[in-house]
Amino acid sequence: MLLEIESKADQPTIVRMTGKLDLLSAAEVKESLAKSVAEGHRRMVVDLAGVTFIDSSGLGALIGGLKAARLAGGDLRLARPADQARVILELTTLDRVLRPYTTLEEALAGY
Amino acid sequence: MLETVIGSVRADNQGFSTASERRLGWLVPESAPDRAALRLGLMRVLIGTSLIFGFYYLSWRYVNSINWDAWPIALALLGAETYSYIDSWLFGLAIWHMRHRGEPLPPPVDATVDIFITCYNEPVELVRETVKAALAVSHPHRTYVLDDGSSGPMRDMAESEGAGYIIRSSDWKGKERHAKAGNLNNALLQSNGEFILVLDADQIPSPEILDRTLGYFRDHKVAFVQTPQWFYNVPANDPIGCQAPLFYGPIQQGKDGLNAAFFCGSNAVLRREALMQMGVIHYVRQLEQRVRRALRMAESLLRSAERQIGPNDTERARAALHELRDAVRQARRSQRSGAPIQEITWEFQRRAESVSRLLVSEDLARIRSELGEIPGVDVADLDRSMGALFEDGEVVNMLTARDTSPLAAIGAVRSLLTTVDMDRNDEAQPVMPMATISVTEDMATAMRLHALGWRSVYHHEILARGLAPDDLGSSLKQRLRWAQGTVQVMLRENPLFVRGLSVGQRLMYFATMWSYLSGFFSLIYLGAPILYLVFGLLPVRAYSADFFWHLLPYLLVNQLLFLVVGWGLKTWRGQQYSLALFPLWIKAVTSAVGNVHFGRKLGFVVTPKTRQAGGVQWSLVRPQLITMAILIGALVFGLVRLALGLTEDGMPILINTFWICYDLVCLSAVLDAVIYQPDDASDVAPAGEAGGRTPDASRCAGIGVA
Repeated sequence: MLLEIESKADQPTIVRMTGKLDLLSAAEVKESLAKSVAEGHRRMVVDLAGVTFIDSSGLGALIGGLKAARLAGGDLRLARPADQARVILELTTLDRVLRPYTTLEEALAGY
Repeated sequence: MLETVIGSVRADNQGFSTASERRLGWLVPESAPDRAALRLGLMRVLIGTSLIFGFYYLSWRYVNSINWDAWPIALALLGAETYSYIDSWLFGLAIWHMRHRGEPLPPPVDATVDIFITCYNEPVELVRETVKAALAVSHPHRTYVLDDGSSGPMRDMAESEGAGYIIRSSDWKGKERHAKAGNLNNALLQSNGEFILVLDADQIPSPEILDRTLGYFRDHKVAFVQTPQWFYNVPANDPIGCQAPLFYGPIQQGKDGLNAAFFCGSNAVLRREALMQMGVIHYVRQLEQRVRRALRMAESLLRSAERQIGPNDTERARAALHELRDAVRQARRSQRSGAPIQEITWEFQRRAESVSRLLVSEDLARIRSELGEIPGVDVADLDRSMGALFEDGEVVNMLTARDTSPLAAIGAVRSLLTTVDMDRNDEAQPVMPMATISVTEDMATAMRLHALGWRSVYHHEILARGLAPDDLGSSLKQRLRWAQGTVQVMLRENPLFVRGLSVGQRLMYFATMWSYLSGFFSLIYLGAPILYLVFGLLPVRAYSADFFWHLLPYLLVNQLLFLVVGWGLKTWRGQQYSLALFPLWIKAVTSAVGNVHFGRKLGFVVTPKTRQAGGVQWSLVRPQLITMAILIGALVFGLVRLALGLTEDGMPILINTFWICYDLVCLSAVLDAVIYQPDDASDVAPAGEAGGRTPDASRCAGIGVA
């Protein structure tokens, strides 16, 4: 699992993930998200385009990041999930909480 | 009576033996599957017969037998008998579906496993035994000690044995801890095995425990595999009634046949994905509920604030309230139309923030003008510093933040804002895979998994050996907790109404809950003979031949069924205790109702694994002793009257004599228990030598039941 953080002044931070977001990487991802919130990236867009597989532990990590962001007065949005990710978001009904945006532009709109 | 069968489902009696069925010789087929099939067939015939006879008896009771002259006790007894008859149905349903699983498949390739040993202030040396055995489990795995007592010596022990050591993360500081469920939830986020074997601190696993259970997970819909709980420090006569051979046997096998095997908190392997998925789903569900509720409350709060707004308030404040109420309405509309919570709350909070920002600016402006009127204040200087204030985004942010909203009504809505958010700030973890709605997290968790369509397995083979409490006080506390927890689940997530469960699953969960109501009906069964012998109140019109012809077939077939179901198992102790512990069952129900509906504290009792203060504690069983004294008094009173020729009613007195003797024999179990002094040696006996059984001898695959 690779995490790249791309931030511009006055713009939401884009967190690009690559690899598998599963039980093996979940703890690390949750940690990284919490850390970047602590560093001031309160508004985040998680770009899932490079994520080949997500399981429920991975979703748990994203929820952990969401919690950290909201506590800091920010937010976390999901963008560009692959089909597998879309399926598990629907299966767990997490798409009723987090809208999976199809493009980065949509995710950034009005943010 | 059959209610006694399931009454103490989780802690009946002694174990697993093969000797008894061999005695039947030529009657029993050679191969185990044939034997099992024959036995199941016989049981089904008996179940059917018993229920038909039961209907025959009970319908006669309803129509022809009620003694209206003594209607209170007559109706009460009829109610109790109806309760027991429903219990027979639920018991029969389970037994009808008894499932014998053969040899398990080999584990899936590369299955990764974490072993969790949960502890909370148990003696370090006791946990060390479990840790050593866990490390010696043959399938590759990692072993963790989940120490909720966070003690130094425990950490040292774990480190010296080479096991992982997990305590609550800093997230839990100042948050509700949720006892064992919380302990497991915390550890789930600090580990990453695909499968998790959960063991209580005293449950010593066999090396093959994973090899024998992981194979079931080849079915990707299987969420957990439960194995029996069996205690090695319990003597053959089991005075305290710790073993549960009927539950970890026919009852669990029956539930398994309906895909409703119970998860019992220890000696079970769970699939992490199933737990996490359920955790996420429940996170979403609770969030939706909370947001809906908070918005509803916010709207009514704002409505009343608008009504109460005083003449001193500016038009601005009025407009702000209106704007805020509009935002709430908009949010509610969005939620109804199914918009994601994230958008609804984000949008709402932005609007709410801009409303209070407006009010703050207005306040600051007013302050400025008021300050400017004070003689001697340098207006230019004031403007400079106020200007700096306005420029500084942080200051305005601070003033408009949730905690400092200027208007009172907005202040009230402020606390709701926190709720209308997704951070679940009141909980340490937003996702709680183990259910926290009950002190018996295991049952609640399993039920939620079943409701989501996951499958379960009961594997009937002893693969871990534990330490039962060996004094009555501890044992009573443990049973109280189980009973309270079960009733809590029934009240909070009633299985009859939970979405997603099959009919069989609903009834299996309901059966366990139903059985814990037995305490109230035991009072009636105990009271009826006393009322007759002392006050002459007869609940039926007559103990006539008619009565016997209706009752006896039911009674006999019932006993026969119980004999076949419990064949080779020591079930008598369990039968005694389900009646004898009636005060405990009553307390469990009343305290759970108090907790769920009136918010009273229940308290989570951790069962002590070491003996509590010595001496014979008669006070623990005072209600039973008093009941026994009254029963004996009533019996003597009745017999003396008969002997003196004061009454002619020989038959009813005889029946009530038998009745009371049965009650007394059941209640006498507490005498055995209260005077029981365990052999000190058995306290420390290592598990491998459990009553001289080798793991193979106790393997359930070849047992009477199979």
